[in-house]
Amino acid sequence: MPIILRRLATSVLILLAVSVLVFVATLLLPGDPAQAILGQQATPERLAALREQMNLNDPVLQRYFSWLGGLFVGDLGISAASGGPVSALLGERIGASLVLLVAASLISLPVGFLVGTYSALRRGRTGDHVTTGVSLVLAALPEFVIGIALITLFSTTVFPILPSVTMAPPGEAVWNYPLQLVLPTLTLVLVVTPYITRMMRATMLEVLDSGYVEMARLKGVPERQVILRHALPHALSPVAQVVAIQLAWMAGGVVVVEFLFRYPGIGQALVDAVANRDVQVVQALSILIAAVYIMVNLLADMVGILTNPKLRTGGTR
Amino acid sequence: MSVIDSPQDIAREVETPPGLLRRLVRQRQAKIGIALTGVVVLLAVLGPLLLPWATGYTSTQFAGRPFQADGLFGTDNLGRDVLSRFLDGGLRLLIYAALATLLGMVLGGLTGMVAAYQGGWVDSIIMRANDVMLALPQLVFALLAITVLGPQGWVLVVVIGITHAPRIARVTRSATVEVITEDFIRAAEMYAVPKWKILVKDVLPNITGPLMVELGLRMTYSIGAVASLSFLGLGMQPPTADWGLMINENRIALVVQPWGVILPVLAIAVLTVGTNLITDSLARASANVNVGATK
Amino acid sequence: MSTSISENTTTATPVLSADGLRVATTAGEEILHGVSFELQPGKILALVGESGSGKTTAGLACLGHFRQGLEHTGGEIHLAGSGQDGSILDLPESERRKLRGGAISYVPQDPALSLNPAMRIGEQIMEVLRVHRYGDSDAERRGRAAEVLAEVGLENDRAYLGRYPHQLSGGQQQRVGIAMAFACRPAVMVLDEPTTGLDVTTQALVLQTIDQLAERHSVAGLYITHDLAVVAKVADDVVVMLSGDVVEHGPTAQVLYRPQHHYTRKLLNAVPDLAGKRRVGSVAAITGEQAAVPQDGSAGHAAQITTADRHSAAHTPAPAAHRSLLEVSGLRLAYGENQVLDGIDFKLGQGESMMLLGESGSGKTTLSRCIAGLNEDYNGTVCLDGAELAPGTRARSAEQRQQVQYVFQSPFSSLNPRRTICESVEVPLQMSGKMSRKERRLRVREALDQVRLGDSYLDRRPGDLSGGERQRAAIARALVNAPSLLVCDEVTSALDVSVQASIIDLLRSLQTDTGMSMLFVTHNIALARHISQRMAVLQQGRIVDLGSTEDVLENPQHDYTRELLANVPTF
Repeated sequence: MPIILRRLATSVLILLAVSVLVFVATLLLPGDPAQAILGQQATPERLAALREQMNLNDPVLQRYFSWLGGLFVGDLGISAASGGPVSALLGERIGASLVLLVAASLISLPVGFLVGTYSALRRGRTGDHVTTGVSLVLAALPEFVIGIALITLFSTTVFPILPSVTMAPPGEAVWNYPLQLVLPTLTLVLVVTPYITRMMRATMLEVLDSGYVEMARLKGVPERQVILRHALPHALSPVAQVVAIQLAWMAGGVVVVEFLFRYPGIGQALVDAVANRDVQVVQALSILIAAVYIMVNLLADMVGILTNPKLRTGGTR
Repeated sequence: MSVIDSPQDIAREVETPPGLLRRLVRQRQAKIGIALTGVVVLLAVLGPLLLPWATGYTSTQFAGRPFQADGLFGTDNLGRDVLSRFLDGGLRLLIYAALATLLGMVLGGLTGMVAAYQGGWVDSIIMRANDVMLALPQLVFALLAITVLGPQGWVLVVVIGITHAPRIARVTRSATVEVITEDFIRAAEMYAVPKWKILVKDVLPNITGPLMVELGLRMTYSIGAVASLSFLGLGMQPPTADWGLMINENRIALVVQPWGVILPVLAIAVLTVGTNLITDSLARASANVNVGATK
Repeated sequence: MSTSISENTTTATPVLSADGLRVATTAGEEILHGVSFELQPGKILALVGESGSGKTTAGLACLGHFRQGLEHTGGEIHLAGSGQDGSILDLPESERRKLRGGAISYVPQDPALSLNPAMRIGEQIMEVLRVHRYGDSDAERRGRAAEVLAEVGLENDRAYLGRYPHQLSGGQQQRVGIAMAFACRPAVMVLDEPTTGLDVTTQALVLQTIDQLAERHSVAGLYITHDLAVVAKVADDVVVMLSGDVVEHGPTAQVLYRPQHHYTRKLLNAVPDLAGKRRVGSVAAITGEQAAVPQDGSAGHAAQITTADRHSAAHTPAPAAHRSLLEVSGLRLAYGENQVLDGIDFKLGQGESMMLLGESGSGKTTLSRCIAGLNEDYNGTVCLDGAELAPGTRARSAEQRQQVQYVFQSPFSSLNPRRTICESVEVPLQMSGKMSRKERRLRVREALDQVRLGDSYLDRRPGDLSGGERQRAAIARALVNAPSLLVCDEVTSALDVSVQASIIDLLRSLQTDTGMSMLFVTHNIALARHISQRMAVLQQGRIVDLGSTEDVLENPQHDYTRELLANVPTF
């Protein structure tokens, strides 16, 4: 299907452009990464050796391509702060963050769909007013506000039942301590769900007002079947777009949440790296997050293409 | 005239729909939003002025030992008066957020309108560039810039403004595309009205609704972004008094001395909820009446 | 005769009757003020009204359906053999739904919006059969689906049943809609403007299908329309609605030929008439040869024309004695494979009015936009007063821009809703002249006067105006610079029929008064005698018939023109 291939090619091009953007960041950095890694006391020999090792003496274009090539084989460069390879630093943290993201998505997607649909079906009634009101308020709050509210509620004063920080011993996986995952996950869910709910509601309302839904009702199709067969499939594609954007938003939001709960994931690593001006790590993480965003978006567009016969069949008229 | 126009059309003349702002403030939700936002904005603006009289301390002065219950709301992690820091900590957040929003609106509004109106390769380039920008989540983009340029005020404003721009450009573009398919644009073209004049006089007045909504939305997000960066320790730097930074500094003592966290969290929550309520009401007001003429 | 018919209708038992039906918005504004009518088996009742009359609301109420924001406030709908004494509005929604599609079915106005774009058409027909438990097996139902498709004149093989709506033409989509409504053999069918947006040939076919189905299976039809010519063709009885009230009710022959209510008379007077027996408005219809507006004292310009008849094709009759103002020759335009205009040649004389007739897709709007300079992608030449016009208005001189003016199809789109009428109308003056603000306002006032809009309109915005008033303002904008050629692109198609009449009336008298030439682009051949001395028939980017209106209508040269004339509904 040419349309899907074309969409795929666009994604690759965008990812390449992002890599250029991210790479340019190093060039803007005042000073020299080798100096930054070794500190002020470094001997000129060691500096020269590290510069050689990091290919800092090569022309910019060549540096870009060797950096890009490294990304494909998992060589993410050397961390200025630790002096070790970035990949070693991030390895298990990626897994920990994924756990958080996947758990949050698995909860917020179905909840968002259901609540949004419910709200749309009860348009203008109390149930609708309550859900739109709550989601409006929640959607306004930054992640750390929600997180701190949850901590205040569940781990300090009111119901001190959940741990407010993650404290897995080094080397042990975070999912061995499920109780510690509750608050970070819940925070992310509360951040993301309102958007999905609102979009689901808006899309469903639009679809419910469409000519084909009215026609389905006018030809006697029972309401349940009207919603399942005529309305929901059409709401899927636009909502998939929003879900994609929200999942990517979560990739940003996870930084704040991990920092707040001291969760040993990539977000925490990113904040540390920024504080230490550890550009290699920041670059690697930026590319990683961008790649995830682009992939999720690609999936959302696929949903759009597959649910729309006009795009699928190409159309003769 | 021998044949009159159909009577039901004539009857409609009587009522003119009220303007966007009037429709906005008629909603109860908008009134609540304006009240909430107003309270926090007043607090942030008047706080620094009232400060020495209100508490007897400046925001960076030491008032006693850390995390004590001295004064109305006690002291913070370094022993500074919490109320003083709270009163002094909102204005900068508001100004940075407003500037970032403004920058985003100007950049995004202009590129969106130009992309839609020019079409062709100009449109393609602008929109592809937007796609690239959008691939980096706002916070990640900001962190990348802060790594390179350091956590300074102008960096915050510029980087948040720039990351807003592609999102605003998308909305502006689609609103503009809708307007420029209308025949009155074709008519202006026909009379060879200069293009900039068409954009200013024919397009802009017809997309104020979506633009206002976008303004409100981006303001909410700007406040969140500036506060979040300060909270991460990567925005406003100590010893500046700032709500986001206060939360970061005091959260370890949430149980012993909660005020250092609760006051700024509440202020930020009330502010963002307020702006979001206004924005939502704006969206309703602008969607409700035939802003772009439809059949 | 009329009395015997009405006795007949009252004695027979109706299948469906509306009795004092009242519907209001949830905000409390009443839309229908007690509407009553009856449907007889095998007969079609036309529900006629202009936009805003409440005819669709009444039609949907027959199915017990009220759109979002509307509610039933009084009156009853009785459907023979359903519910307690057949009153369907007393039934709960789930019970009403069992009637819909089965005993009473609906054909929507716009099939492109009403067919589910993601479902194959066969499946959509099957769904209605399955919901109403028609037949015992899917195989039987599939047979029925194929049967109804054949009955509405469509193919019915497996491949066709497997098509998606977007793979069909507008006419085919509408016939699928009718097939779906007819699938369960309903007793009553409500048809909501089912031929709006179709070209006349397809319309004729669809009307014929409806007529046959109703008669053959003695289905009662409620046909909602604004088009009285269609009523004459299809309906047995007529109900005329005005602003939520029934103002006239009776057999078709009586209502159309001996109308009682003044509104019905006004509507009928406004209907354009192909034969030109009626007059639309104050200006007499053009029957027989009619000379164009005579010129006065501009003979000096005639010498400029040197091209003479070089381009005129053999089938083009020589233009009238006076000089030609506009000359189009060899005009071609293609988008990819799609040849929109395929060699257009014609001339338009000074002070002459010409109709450019074509159905959707014929290229008529593209042609008129090329002439007006709104489309610059063409090959060929457009000459005004012997001088070739550059493609694109920005490349033309200020004087040329001033001479050719264009009026857009929809007055709802052609005026900026954020500007006052004065601000919109003065734009051409701003761009072409050096008039002061005061002088411009004065000139705008004159132009508004010409289109019969008073001073009070100067500072109002389009939102306060009716469709007809807006179109007048748009015409004023075109007149404000005193053009020599006015191009009118479907200027009445977005308007109700009575408003259309007043606009036609206005254009004709303006043309006579100012002596300008006019190119009137339309799909409605019935307007021919009311607006133009000459006409050109456009089909697939080519002019297939060209001549005086009288010649083309009385003695069409091309099959296509003959087919059009044969299919136009008249009464």
